Amino acid sequence: MCNTCGCNITPGNRPLVMAEKPKNGVTTVSVLQNLLSQNNHQAEHNRSHFDAQKVLVINLMSSPGSGKTALLEATIKRLRDSLKIAVIEGDLETENDTKRIQAQGVPAYQITTGTACHLDAHLVHNALHHMALDDLDLLFIENVGNLVCPASFDLGHHRNVVLLSVTEGDDKPAKYPVMFRAADLMLISKTDLLPHLDDFSSPRAEQNLHNLANDAPVIEFSSKNGKGMDAWIAWLHAEIEQYRSLLLDKQTQRPKVQQDGQLLHAQPGKTKFYPLSNRAVHK
Amino acid sequence: MHELSLCEDLMDQVLTIAKAHHAEKVVRIIVRIGPLSGIEPLLLESAFSISRAGTLAEEAEFLTEVLPIRVLCNSCGIESEAVLNNLVCGGCGGYNTKLLSGDELILARLELENAD
Repeated sequence: MCNTCGCNITPGNRPLVMAEKPKNGVTTVSVLQNLLSQNNHQAEHNRSHFDAQKVLVINLMSSPGSGKTALLEATIKRLRDSLKIAVIEGDLETENDTKRIQAQGVPAYQITTGTACHLDAHLVHNALHHMALDDLDLLFIENVGNLVCPASFDLGHHRNVVLLSVTEGDDKPAKYPVMFRAADLMLISKTDLLPHLDDFSSPRAEQNLHNLANDAPVIEFSSKNGKGMDAWIAWLHAEIEQYRSLLLDKQTQRPKVQQDGQLLHAQPGKTKFYPLSNRAVHK
Repeated sequence: MHELSLCEDLMDQVLTIAKAHHAEKVVRIIVRIGPLSGIEPLLLESAFSISRAGTLAEEAEFLTEVLPIRVLCNSCGIESEAVLNNLVCGGCGGYNTKLLSGDELILARLELENAD
């Protein structure tokens, strides 16, 4: 979505947005800017950085404790000989996750957000100043464990991966629609625990995802026994390949949920103001 | 509470526009929010009451308008209203739909006093 060009106006809301009436005495200014314009601007800047270095950036989101770091450890073990990987870790406190990633022999940078419940594009940009992006193939951003806030902030990444661990319940996509609607891939994690649970159904979780008009692939995964690892690695390779061919065409990749806004995106122009004032009446 | 960080952006935009119009005061701020934006209007409102202190918008009225969720079915072509966690087509029940409105997060309108 964009800030200044009016691409926030969709066919559905155009009549509502355009119904402006000037009021006597007070100047009415139509703005139609996205409230997140500063963040989105910074996110585009980050994305240009990533594209210049040809590094595919994946934003990992989930509730706390659903296995993001374990997924990364298993992934790095599998890929570190063939791909150059780095990780940005977002946590409220501690550097525990960063240490776990560094123990796998790849660079990791910790963003401790203090009380903030999400990463934003500015925080990620600051982190980039501490990381060498050259020669990287893949950068994971492990967002703060939270199924609410991280969904609203573009970081400049290319793909959203959302984890749902089986102990959380298969109705999570229905309970947190904003988050799961943004998923380009849903990973059902900790499936090694399924024999101990009688109330989690992967088809139901997938159905709840589809109900959000999201046809993202779903992979059942376990970092413990390696289930789904091949499918996940294949997905990553396919994404890297697709991203690189987009770059060759001078395009970039974006999380799917934003594409409508991009399609409507005209060249950013100056903000248009109308209708203008009635100062005389006011005085 | 990501509404507070959002409010920072909002205040910047409001004050920039108010200054560009040489306004003495911001009278009213109207934002339009879709339920799928992930922003809670009431929380945004209370965040605003913190961020506006000491600015041109100190006494401004803050209005949020919640937009309906509407989807267009890619299969049957019907446009229908949907709810937050069920964006399937109201006609055929398919999930191959496109969101027409409901994820907006827009500063729609400002009302300024004594502007140019």
